[in-house]
Amino acid sequence: MTMQPKKWMARLLVGVAGLLPLAQGAAAMAPLSAIGKGEGTLNIVAWEGYAQDDWVKPFEAATGCTVHAKYAGSSDEMVALMRSGNGDQYDLVSASGDATLRLIFGKNVQPINIGLIPAWKNFIPQLQAPDFNTVKGVHYGVSYEWGPNTLLYNTKTFPVAPTSWSVIYDPKYKGQITVPDNPIQIADAALYLSKTQPALGIKDPYELNQMQMDAVVKLLQRQAKLIKKYWALASDEIQLFTSGDAVVGAAWPYQTNTLQAAKVPVADTIPSEGATGWADTWMISSKAPHPNCAYEWINWVTTPKVQAQQAIYFGETPANTLACKEMDAQQAGACAQYHGDAPASYFDQIKFWKTPRKVCGNGKDDCLDYSAWQREWQSIKG
Amino acid sequence: MKATRTWRAALSAFGWRHGVMANISLLGLPAVWFACLYLAAIGAMLVTAFWQVDDLSGNLIPGFSLSNFSVLVSDPIYRIIAVRTVFIAAAVTLADAVLAWPFAYAMVRLAGPKLRAVLMALVLVPLWSSYLARVYAWRLILAHDGVLNWALSAIGIPGVHIGYSNWAMWIVFSYLWLPFMILPIAAALERIPPNLMEASADLGERGLATFRRVILPLALPGMAAGAIFTFSLTLGDFVTPMLVGGTGSDFIGNVVYANVGVTNNIPFAAAYATLPLGVMAVFLLLARRLGAFDAL
Repeated sequence: MTMQPKKWMARLLVGVAGLLPLAQGAAAMAPLSAIGKGEGTLNIVAWEGYAQDDWVKPFEAATGCTVHAKYAGSSDEMVALMRSGNGDQYDLVSASGDATLRLIFGKNVQPINIGLIPAWKNFIPQLQAPDFNTVKGVHYGVSYEWGPNTLLYNTKTFPVAPTSWSVIYDPKYKGQITVPDNPIQIADAALYLSKTQPALGIKDPYELNQMQMDAVVKLLQRQAKLIKKYWALASDEIQLFTSGDAVVGAAWPYQTNTLQAAKVPVADTIPSEGATGWADTWMISSKAPHPNCAYEWINWVTTPKVQAQQAIYFGETPANTLACKEMDAQQAGACAQYHGDAPASYFDQIKFWKTPRKVCGNGKDDCLDYSAWQREWQSIKG
Repeated sequence: MKATRTWRAALSAFGWRHGVMANISLLGLPAVWFACLYLAAIGAMLVTAFWQVDDLSGNLIPGFSLSNFSVLVSDPIYRIIAVRTVFIAAAVTLADAVLAWPFAYAMVRLAGPKLRAVLMALVLVPLWSSYLARVYAWRLILAHDGVLNWALSAIGIPGVHIGYSNWAMWIVFSYLWLPFMILPIAAALERIPPNLMEASADLGERGLATFRRVILPLALPGMAAGAIFTFSLTLGDFVTPMLVGGTGSDFIGNVVYANVGVTNNIPFAAAYATLPLGVMAVFLLLARRLGAFDAL
């Protein structure tokens, strides 16, 4: 970025002006032009494992911003938290791709001056301005880390890794299966059906018409009878696997890492049908009371060192390409293990979470929006 | 000094002559407090139930629409959840009534003063510890490799799989609210004059008949009062279903919680929350017939 700050601002304003009908409230707000003195406090909404002392403590020491983290179990909860009160309760959120557009169009987050984030130019190209956090050229957040939703299994029950998601729909494991209590889980079943029942014509697991949704719901209702528990927090699933109540389920790599560290015999895999996944973005509330600390935080966690720490701790892949070397330095072979050096094709094969909307990719308006997904999910889990 | 006294005397005389005004000035402040904090909250809930939410921005749209209620009526899942909630609340109330009777009777009628104090303490001590800690403890007890199955296998009985199920919820709820049933029953038993039982014995009634025809009717108001606690506490809970429930274990409270805290659809939550309000109204009318309010 060699552009002069003023010219940059001008471009941004033009870009913002183009957005007026779409996001008037956000447009009224100009992004921060320079990072000022920290306000001493920072309130963040984050996924479990995203505010670990390993990088929070040094951040607090370096910037004087004391971090208060609130963990959320789902994207829905993150959106609700960012909208709670007047929207000024929290400064920052680590939103996944199925929450970001809701926050942008809901005017809950402010535009970001990407010129103030030096690490941004080292991001993988797909995450510099992805359509889930950049609208018409305006950045509403800074990408963080990404990864696939994995199939977690007990290695005693499965000496050989399962190769298909079919195991979580298999009556053989009745009462021993666990999946997230989250409407976006419908996409996992849709992805599975898109491979096993091509006649349904599911192209994108987040764009389902009523006929396709009915087929997915039928599969999930059959699965509901086999489920031990729908987990709400990662710690729930960890306990289910530790106690032996569950032997197979949908999970994040974080659970695998935590369980393996506790010597529970588990492993995870990405089955042949592929996987859904998340790509997270740090976004600043449009009414953030501590914007300077928020920018300081984004800069802190996009440094190669913290990107590597986060990646290894959670088992995900950093956005910053310079983090690879740092990962190997922290734990031998970590970069390859967590796909830090994977080719672009690996990124492209993951179906990243996004907000289901009425408008489908096919140009028709017959898809089900997210509130319909939420209703279907309630009737599936009973 | 003199001025103050005459002023007070005048006020007192005014109150004496106009009793209504005296009552209003006495009860006015608590009544305002009650109206603001309690009725206003319920009123706000009833009004919000007819509002809508903008899907994309999540903003509330005030107005009058019955669509929240039509979803509640047309989608069978909300009926299933309501029936489940009421059924488990009733089952918990029944279990607690059965469990509380022998304990309360032994505590009031059989135990000496010292043992009685100890038993009372045993009932009350769990209430001093965190609700969450007790629910988590049960989660560990009922888990696949928990204390229960360990004990069962030790005596040669195959393990049961009731962790994360409606059975688990029933057990945990019954445990949690048991003290609220024991205390009113014990209080009611204490109030029965001993000479009534002696009279019953003098007239040739045996123990069981005395219980059925003298003790039970006289202690019934206490049991009804306890039932108000166990039933309403279960009806409104959402934490226990979340922690020890399995699939198909959502309560009305869970749907309300999910719509407020997770999906940000407050009007829908308000519409569903009117249901337990109605259920409780019916339950309280029944309890009043049994004399629960005289026993409280």
